[in-house]
Formats: sequence, structure tokens, C-alpha cells
Amino acid sequence: MSAPDRIDVVSGRSAIAGIGETVYGKNLGRSELDLACEAIVAACADAGFPVQEVDGIVSYHIEQVSEEAIVHALGLENCSFMARTTSGGGGAASVVGLAAVAVASGQAESVIAFRARNRSKGASYGGDPNQGGRPWEKAGRAVSGGNQWHHPFGVASPTHEMALIARRHMALFGTTAEQFGTQSVAQRFHASHNPRAIMRTPITLDDWHNARMIADPIRLVDCSLENDGATAILVTTPERARDLPQPPVTVLAQAMGAGPIHVALADYFRTSSSFDERDFAGRHIARQLFARAGCTPADVDVAAIFDHFTMAVPLSLEQYGFCGLGEGGPMIESGATRWPDGALPVNTHGGSNGEGFIHGANHVPEAVRQIRGTSTCQVAGAEVALVTGAISDPAGAVLLGRG
Amino acid sequence: MHPDLPRPAPGPVEAPFWEWCRRHELRLQRCSDCGTFRFHPRPRCHACTSAAADWTPVAGTGTVASYTVLYPPVLPAFADRVPYNAVVVQLDEGPFMVSNLLGVDNEDLEVGMRVAVTFVDVDDEYALPQFRPVGAEAA
Ligand SMILES: [Zn+2]
Repeated sequence: MSAPDRIDVVSGRSAIAGIGETVYGKNLGRSELDLACEAIVAACADAGFPVQEVDGIVSYHIEQVSEEAIVHALGLENCSFMARTTSGGGGAASVVGLAAVAVASGQAESVIAFRARNRSKGASYGGDPNQGGRPWEKAGRAVSGGNQWHHPFGVASPTHEMALIARRHMALFGTTAEQFGTQSVAQRFHASHNPRAIMRTPITLDDWHNARMIADPIRLVDCSLENDGATAILVTTPERARDLPQPPVTVLAQAMGAGPIHVALADYFRTSSSFDERDFAGRHIARQLFARAGCTPADVDVAAIFDHFTMAVPLSLEQYGFCGLGEGGPMIESGATRWPDGALPVNTHGGSNGEGFIHGANHVPEAVRQIRGTSTCQVAGAEVALVTGAISDPAGAVLLGRG
Repeated sequence: MHPDLPRPAPGPVEAPFWEWCRRHELRLQRCSDCGTFRFHPRPRCHACTSAAADWTPVAGTGTVASYTVLYPPVLPAFADRVPYNAVVVQLDEGPFMVSNLLGVDNEDLEVGMRVAVTFVDVDDEYALPQFRPVGAEAA
């Protein structure tokens, strides 16, 4: 399928003017609304932008803070665009894409994209399954919907589902668990430079070997952290961004897509017995994304790849076209994803096993810092950054570049 | 049985699958128009969008497409079973199912193993479709 020949009014027609993050940490003891407000106010402060001129709010699947709550808490009297995008961590980058669509199409001028999380292990905050602790442990004794096809077999958490994908990839392509471990080590090295990171002590491949197995082949240090925090991004018009203090970071393109394989565990491998291009959403997204931006994967200087588990990185590298199918593991093993010497440093903030897990939303500020030239693992001369959502979900991605 | 052992609470589209399992028969929806099997149960055929489907017996044999061995954290009802396996089985008719493989040591699990369904009665109302190795790999 080729990219449709339509007039693209979105690519290059919005810019990120501000980024805001709370502290990321375990059991912060604060509500998600409180965390969201802090991140939003911080994003506006970073941009030198009056909070009350925000006129759009976007979020993604399973966000527990309502648009209404934000409007009331921050006194936003001019809100004219509110929307959410799918799906789980798949929306981590496309939430910025959604903001870009709103701004570029003139439905709003200055849109906040945000994620707030209160998900520390054992946290008791909130009544929703997605608040406080592990949602799969709250599914109960009577399981309906998709859960009925795997909970009765003791398969419940995202770790379990991704372990099944990882093993399939290993069997088909010879990918090794150590290659996932190599990405884990690289990200923890990146995190050791980042004062915001929860895990600032670097690890070795030996440490990875000695880490406890969670779901073979996924070890503890391959997993995203369970923590609290919030992230917010301010997207505005290129014209307005140019008048603000930070160097504008242009949204070069956004794209969304869904493949036949996604979160419903029982539906894995529905239409194919291999990881061909139909399987995950990434390849479909990438085709549109690079066509819209007028560039190729070779033009990308740095990537922030959704990494609920490190095994998502090689799959994403393949699906987004940085290497061939089955070559993601060897690419990591070669050091390509490790800063500063790798050709494509990935998750230079330390990623979800190093900096923290805000359901992928914290990858966006890192890509912005890379384009601004202010990362703690700065890629020299970075001009184009890729941010992706979860490879296993209906998802999206954005390409960011200099204004 | 652990008091918190998860039990299916199927909706109307899904209930026949579990009712056939209770009778120790593996049946899947098969499109009445184009013949495509589907699992898990859904209201429409993903190949042709037809709503017409028959609950059709399948052979119950297949191949291990993937596996994992699970350690804590797991659901509390499974805590005393760790480490235990989970598999994705591709049935010979095409669809894939998540299940467990019985009678195999964790270190002997392999992608490509031939397996056949076996029904384990959880109680009078509910049987779980699990698998055992067949042929040369049988324990
Ligand atoms: Zn059909």
C-alpha cells in the first residue's frame, strides 16, 4: 500500500514550544491531577507561555485525568479542542501527533499533550484498575473480554505477552536474550548521565544475566519501572513558537496505524505465522511517516523508542526500517543504539528501565532536548528525532526536527 | 483450587466456546460464507465481514508457535505453581491460542513442538483447554 496522494496540512505546521515534567519516582503520594497540573504548568513555563492561553488538551488511552478536571483546575477558559488517541502505550507519540493535527488544521492554537501516572507497585491511589499498582492483579476472579483467553492460563501481565512475542522472534530469527540485555545495559548507561532518572547506577551484561527472570526471556532489568509522575508537551503554531524563548522543535510529520497483532494476547499471530510486514503497526506507520516528512530512516539522528520491555526496541528498529526483519538484535549487539558512538542512539534519557515509565510520554521531552541540543547524552548536531509508541499496540509515531 | 483462580465470564458471542470445552470438545467459529476459522470468538469474520458462523469441531492438534516460563510476579492464584509455562499454539486449522503445555519440563519447551488439546476439568461448569506433546516429543 502506498501513501495516499492527499494534501498534507499537518507536516511541518506545528512546533513544540515547551516541555514539562514532574519528578519521576516511586510512591510520590500525589494525585494524578496534581501531577498533571504541575507538568502542564512546567511546560508552559518552559515555553514562556501563559497557561490560560492553552486552548486544547489531548491525551491517550487509559489516561485517568479528565480534560474537564484540567480545565477546572487551571482555569482554562478558552479550551476549544479536546480529544484522545488510542491505544495503551501505542498513543505515547501519537498524542503529540494529535496535538499537531489540531494546531495545523486551525482547530486550536496551543495544545497541551499530557500523561499522568500513579502506578507504583503497591500504590493504593484511586479506584480505577489503571490507578495504583498493577491493573492485571485487579481483574478479579471472573474474567471477561480479552482477559478470558489468557488469565485462566496464568498469563496476565504485559511482561507475559511480550515474552511470548520475544520468544517467537528468537525462534524465527535467532535473536538472543543477550541482545535485549545489551539494550538494557545501554539505556541504564544513558540514565547514569540523567539527573531525572530513577535508576542512575549503570549495569553490565553480567548484572543483566544475574537479574531475576520475570517471564523467560524477559529479566527484571528489561522491564519498565513502576513509578509515578507526569509529562506535558506544549504544541503551538510555528509562528507563535518563533516568538517564544525556546528554539522551536518542528513536528515534521505524524502517523498512526494498526496491525493485526496487538494487545489482545489471544489474538497474537492471527493472520500470519511470521513477523512479516503485516504483523505490527510500525511498518504501516513508518511508510506514512517518512513519506510525509520527506525523509528516510537514514536521516534520523536519534530515536526515542517505546520500551515497555527492551525487546520492543529491536522489533521497532525493524518495523520502522532501520534494519531488515530479524536484524534488530544484531543491530543492538553492534552498539548502534548506544550513545555516544552508536549510529542511532536509542532512549538517551535512559528509557523506561532507566529514567522512568510515564507510559512512554517521557520519551517526547528527550527527543525535544536532543533537537534543542540540551540532552545529558547529546547526539552531536542532532537534527531529526523519531519518537514511537508501543510496537505491540495500535500506535503512532512522530518525527521532530529543527524549527 | 485457589479461591481466586480466574474463571471465564463470557459474553454471548464467546459462551459457546466454553460450553463446548465443558463437554471436552474443541470447536471454533467458522465463517458460514467463506469458511475461515477464527479465534478468539468475534461477531464478524475478519476475512469477509460475514456475521454467519458455525461452531465447528477442529482436530485439536497444532504446533507451538511460542512459549514462555513465568516467574513472579504472577496472578496470586498461580503463585504456588511458579515457574510454569505458557504457550501460543497454532492450531492446524490456522488460529492461535494461548494455553499451557502439560507433561513437559520447562527446559524441554521448543517452538515447533507438535501438540494436542486435552481438557482439564476445573469444576463441574468449566474445563480448560490445555495441550500435551504428541509424536516424537512426547514425554
Ligand atoms: Zn468469512
